[in-house]
Amino acid sequence: NSSKIQDEEKEQRHWEASVWSFLKPSLQLWYSREPQKDAIITVGLLVSLHFFLQGNAIKTYKYNVLTFIPLNLYEQFKRAANLYFLALLILQIIPQITTLPWYTTLIPLVVVLGITAIKDLVDDLARHRMDKEINNRKCEVLLNGSFQDSRWRQIQVGDVVRLKKNDFIPADLLLLSSSNPNSLCYVETAELDGETNLKFKMGLRVTDEMLQEERQLADFDALIDCEEPNNRLDKFLGMMQWNGERYPLELDNMLLRGCKVRNTDVCHGLVIFAGGDTKIMKNSGKTRFKRTKIDELMNYMVYTIFAVLILVAAGLGIGHTFWYEQIGSKAWYLYDGLNYNATYRGFLSFWGYIIVLNTMVPISLYVSVEVIRLGQSKFINWDLQMYFAEKDTPAKARTTTLNEQLGQIQYIFSDKTGTLTQNIMEFKKCTIAGRSYGTGIFVCLNTKTSPVDWSWNQYADQKFQFMDHLLVANVKSKKDKDAMEFFKLLSLCHTVMVDNKDGDLVYQAASPDEGALVTAARNFGFVFLSRTQDTITIMEMGQEKTYEMLALLDFNSDRKRMSIILKFPDGRIRLYCKGADTVIYERLSTNTQHQQTTQEALDIFANDTLRTLCLCYKDISANEYEAWSRKHKEAQLVMGDREAALDSVYEEVEKDLMLIGATAIEDKLQDGVPETIATLAKADIKIWVLTGDKKETAENIGYSCSLLTDDMTVHYGEDVNEKLRIRQTTRRRQPPTNFRRARQTPEEPFFTETGKNALIITGGWLIDFVDMACECEAVICCRVTPKQKANVVSLVKKYKKAVTLSIGDGANDVNMIKTADIGVGISGQEGMQAVMSSDYAFAQFRYLERLLLVHGRWSYIRMCKFLRFFFFKNFSFTLVHFWYSFFNGYSSQTAYEDWFITLYNLAYSSLPVLLVGLLDQDVNDRLSLKFPKLYIPGQQGLLFNYKNFFISLFHGIFVSLIIFFIPYGAFLQTMGQDGEAPSDYQSFAVVTASSLIFTVSLQISLDTSYWTFVNCFAVLGSIAIYFGFMFDIHSAGIHVIFPSVFTFTGAASNALRQPYLWLTILLTVGISLLPVICIQFLYKTIWPSVGDKVRPHSMLHSCSGHSVKVHLVRCDLVSLHPVGSEEQEEVRASDGGKEEEEGARALPAGQALPSLCLRLFSLTRLRRPHLVRAEHSAASCRPQRSKCKHQGDSPRRGGEHLS
Amino acid sequence: MNMRFYRTTMKEEGNSANRPSNTAFTQQRLPAWQPMLSAGVVIPGFLLIGLAFIGIGVGLLITSRSIQVLELDYTGTETSSPCYQCTMSNQSNCVCKLSFSIGTLFKGPVFFYYGLTNYFQNQRKYGVSKDFNQLIGDVSYFKSPSSDCQPYQRVNGKPIVPCGAIANSMFNDTFKLYQIINGKEELVPFDGKGIAWWTDYNIKYRNPDYTPLKNAFNDTEKPVFWTKPAYELDTSDASNNGFINQDFLVWMRRAALPNFRKLYRRITEGNYKDGLPAGNYSLEISYNYPVISFEGTKKVTFSNVSWMGGQNEFLGIAYLVIGSMCVVMSVVMLIVYAKFRFPEED
Repeated sequence: NSSKIQDEEKEQRHWEASVWSFLKPSLQLWYSREPQKDAIITVGLLVSLHFFLQGNAIKTYKYNVLTFIPLNLYEQFKRAANLYFLALLILQIIPQITTLPWYTTLIPLVVVLGITAIKDLVDDLARHRMDKEINNRKCEVLLNGSFQDSRWRQIQVGDVVRLKKNDFIPADLLLLSSSNPNSLCYVETAELDGETNLKFKMGLRVTDEMLQEERQLADFDALIDCEEPNNRLDKFLGMMQWNGERYPLELDNMLLRGCKVRNTDVCHGLVIFAGGDTKIMKNSGKTRFKRTKIDELMNYMVYTIFAVLILVAAGLGIGHTFWYEQIGSKAWYLYDGLNYNATYRGFLSFWGYIIVLNTMVPISLYVSVEVIRLGQSKFINWDLQMYFAEKDTPAKARTTTLNEQLGQIQYIFSDKTGTLTQNIMEFKKCTIAGRSYGTGIFVCLNTKTSPVDWSWNQYADQKFQFMDHLLVANVKSKKDKDAMEFFKLLSLCHTVMVDNKDGDLVYQAASPDEGALVTAARNFGFVFLSRTQDTITIMEMGQEKTYEMLALLDFNSDRKRMSIILKFPDGRIRLYCKGADTVIYERLSTNTQHQQTTQEALDIFANDTLRTLCLCYKDISANEYEAWSRKHKEAQLVMGDREAALDSVYEEVEKDLMLIGATAIEDKLQDGVPETIATLAKADIKIWVLTGDKKETAENIGYSCSLLTDDMTVHYGEDVNEKLRIRQTTRRRQPPTNFRRARQTPEEPFFTETGKNALIITGGWLIDFVDMACECEAVICCRVTPKQKANVVSLVKKYKKAVTLSIGDGANDVNMIKTADIGVGISGQEGMQAVMSSDYAFAQFRYLERLLLVHGRWSYIRMCKFLRFFFFKNFSFTLVHFWYSFFNGYSSQTAYEDWFITLYNLAYSSLPVLLVGLLDQDVNDRLSLKFPKLYIPGQQGLLFNYKNFFISLFHGIFVSLIIFFIPYGAFLQTMGQDGEAPSDYQSFAVVTASSLIFTVSLQISLDTSYWTFVNCFAVLGSIAIYFGFMFDIHSAGIHVIFPSVFTFTGAASNALRQPYLWLTILLTVGISLLPVICIQFLYKTIWPSVGDKVRPHSMLHSCSGHSVKVHLVRCDLVSLHPVGSEEQEEVRASDGGKEEEEGARALPAGQALPSLCLRLFSLTRLRRPHLVRAEHSAASCRPQRSKCKHQGDSPRRGGEHLS
Repeated sequence: MNMRFYRTTMKEEGNSANRPSNTAFTQQRLPAWQPMLSAGVVIPGFLLIGLAFIGIGVGLLITSRSIQVLELDYTGTETSSPCYQCTMSNQSNCVCKLSFSIGTLFKGPVFFYYGLTNYFQNQRKYGVSKDFNQLIGDVSYFKSPSSDCQPYQRVNGKPIVPCGAIANSMFNDTFKLYQIINGKEELVPFDGKGIAWWTDYNIKYRNPDYTPLKNAFNDTEKPVFWTKPAYELDTSDASNNGFINQDFLVWMRRAALPNFRKLYRRITEGNYKDGLPAGNYSLEISYNYPVISFEGTKKVTFSNVSWMGGQNEFLGIAYLVIGSMCVVMSVVMLIVYAKFRFPEED
């Protein structure tokens, strides 16, 4: 399969080459530098290229002063609803058809547009500020023969810039020279790929030699021919023509924008790509306007309603035509002096009904949705349990439009380093010559071990902890030659850079684990002191020694090992090698010892989820080395596939190795990661880890964070290829006519074996594996670039139509964060780019659990409930007009007073449902976390979809029918108590309106599952406001002031003193509500949902204390200790807040415990058998671990996490 | 371990500017009641509501049955009808007499209504065709009536007061009721006071402050279909003229549905204070209002009222039906609940 990849690459290159030759005349970048001049493009034809060549300024904002209003309005009117209201507004201005005053639409529309515009403006201003800050960063540019301070935005392609230590690189530069020998330049690429280690770049020999001085640089005059700007961070192709010679340029010669110069005093670079052409900018995806699924659905529903509206209005318009022909035209009293025929009148009536019935899509829907989302975001920001006290970082919802999407996540794409792990590597164990050292991580502190005291070693890093005194003693005694060799190897065989800060050694490691190994060697007395191009100096148990480095056989992911060939001070030549056990074992000498014992130790380490490396050496004779060295030099000069040539040369020398031992490093996970992942997995959320790391590391982490579990079959990219090929061949064999059908019928699963599956694949190819990957519980993608990360996300989004969430902390995750439906940034780690481009940000991975299972679920449930109810309440409100039209000649007469129509959505019915949208909880947060299955309805979109929409529609139709026809029956032939005008239109309007208000208020009361005093206040308040307003509007005073505006004078007081009409209202409300209650009850009884089953728990819990208490009790039962003050304090220390404290304090001490405990257990047993299982496991294996965790580091890992 | 804990709290106190506040609201822990549609509430609830509804229904039905109603159609479409001849020609002041008899005492106070069917007073354009500013007595609007009144805004260049289609189409049949005692007709006195809403009479409709009222109507026209101007609607009672004429007020209050009744007079005086005694009656109708053209009918209704108003069995029956259904459903729910209770071990 590697040949396949090669083929692909070849194809890619071929394609590039052909494009290249085609575009060459216009896209080739020619730079000629003439003395005393800046970038001048000498070839006349290419002057126009200035358009292609970007300045170095970047622009991420969307609007400027002039474009803000038109562009923002354009964006907003792309929303179907806004456009609809605009159309309505226009209709209402036309005198022939206006049935409602124009301001009823205009005022809300202006308010809605205004609020959104202000929000957009604030967002964009922030982007403006960021851009300005970056574009105004300073740097030195060679101008008129000398370096002058300049701004980033003024840099142009062709400029020569001078960078100092710790400067950010402003553009993609060709490294010309540096203050280090061989124009070496160290860079930190954290912003680019998230790796914090140092990498080195090297200038061409010729530029290094010729371009050190300012004068030389000013005279620099070369022609550079390079590829067009692209987003590949791992590749650069170019050619420099200078003084008649041609020099190849590669990525190693390039300093990319976003990196930071480290350990290099000064370096010079020539700007190749600037601004938007730089690789980092090419890698950043476009800022996309994210929309939630519900948003989309809502839009479609608006279309549906619109279609219904047109149909209904058309029907009524036709009705009017017939009515006019048969009755209206004959009714002399209706003569209106207009000479319209029946059809035209029907047409006008159609438009009239479009206006009258427009309240089916109330404009307040969108405002309310925004308000609810804003509220949800605030709740996220306020959540104490997502507040990270150590760094004083609260969670932050950076966008306020996506909250309910958090309740629908199906796939999580997580970065590994810094997101799952703390990215802190610790040397934990080792095996030397068949003997294992270092105690287990899970050993409790009550054994007598204490960390080794390093005071004997002046170079020791005091932060380094090691538990096994024996190994130190062995090394110190200098008797154990193997141990000495072991640490010597660790201090020599690496690519770590050293930085001497105030006499303190600071290691800059290419990877944190390498750093951990060198640090370990340092503490054990083998201190790496310095390195030059070809020597390494170490302090060997107090003696400083310098080794000549003959060759460095570098690490790559195919080799999985690195070696170094050293000439010892005594002239011996020795090769040290460290690498993955699989590759090392293949290359061991036949007479090496300890193979078996080391392998056993490795297995144990691996089970402890430690990252292992085997260490070995080989002595090489001078002749042997000479011979090999020649081959090596040849291979270094190969112009074609240099890497392959080098690999085969390395292969020749890395054989017959002698095993010394193996190391085991722990990449510490963040707190609560395994628990979080396990909970999320229970909620049917699939978690993919996308990492730039090598496969082994990723796999290890996968196991340690319980993403991969022992019951899974792990498939690697290689076997996946095979499976995919089989799938493709079978597909190809199918006749093309069948193709469509074949796509539709679900294909048979890739994995025929039963059980859970896991997949580990390497980047490079990612297409067409989605189907297979999605069958797996867990997927880990290693060695992926930022763009590939984003590609994976968009693949899943595209082919699975799934809701995705990306979480990451580094600049390399920005793309994927932007691509996913929801982007989450881990704040407070490295850099802020991830956070800046994220939608939600918090400090710890474990908060994701709460964000999704609590806030996301609630937001989703609330939003769905809100929408369902909102549609219902407006259907039942609006369709009364429809029924009424059958009795008023389809004349678009409204069934209610105009003011009621205006205020219904604004004041009478919106507050209770808004509060449900803000505050409702079907079950509390603890149960949401405890029963992750509750999350599943959200993923399946069960709570709001077309089915629910039509249920709301039919419910609305039903209620409107009742609200019209019961009063109709009552009004048909009645008269008032006192015989006065008994059945007038205004009384009728009051009765229907009052019935509607009561029905809607009581219906929302029924739908509210979390009744607080605020809800109560809102419901009663709405009814009170309704009567208050109505009596005001119907009062004498207001009619006298505005006789033609308030025309219902006395209607309310006249109608509502009739007991008969109250009985009518009571009956109407009763018929509207009772069937719904009945159906709901029967439904819940026959087909209870998970929530219905869990909800009684919340009652139990709220009366018997909180679930924390249960955990605590359980924890103590299994460890057979009485509740100590320790436990209680622990709970208090956790950032859970007040509730937990109270819960803990409320615990009865001592004797009372077992009975309480048993009661709780029996409750649990009744409902959830698997919890009981969890208890058993807790009893059998967890106590030790949990104890140990208490000791270890974080107070948060208390008994709280036991279940 | 405890040390560690204390250290963290110290740190928190020292550096927790961003710590969210710990209140019941921000932490979403407001004290709440979580109601559930549990069987213990729903089933007895339905039963109780059902019984209550049945009770109300019975009450309504009994009340409704006790109300006496007498309805007579006088459209005159059938040749046998005494008003038939009035429909034949366009003669004005056509008078027809309708005879009927009452078997038992028609308990008072008796209300006398006229009724129209297939008459769309609730038509939207018809409904807006009036000028509230005129009707409240603002003379400035006498000169320039609202355009809503079209086509009854102006006639011969002069503004119409009161303008608009509703006023224009005011019902203009008049009635006189005689009891036939020993072959002699005795006029049953009608009480026309206070038949309109108090608010209409006192607030919504007012005459301009002119004496005589006629002066306010200078340079205006009466509505096209009217025979008399507004200030001469009731020649017998000077205070019953203009916009506060009771019949005008009753007419201007639009009916909700195309079949409606409007109060014409009350019978509360003299010998008829306690109602209409059994006997023969004759109703003299001055037949003016054309309804046959649009297939409408005209009726008169005698009715007395109870606490629930006039006779209408609909509500009583509806209550009975719904009440019984509630009771039935409570039984059904009980059965279903017994069968499908949440399995405890789930």
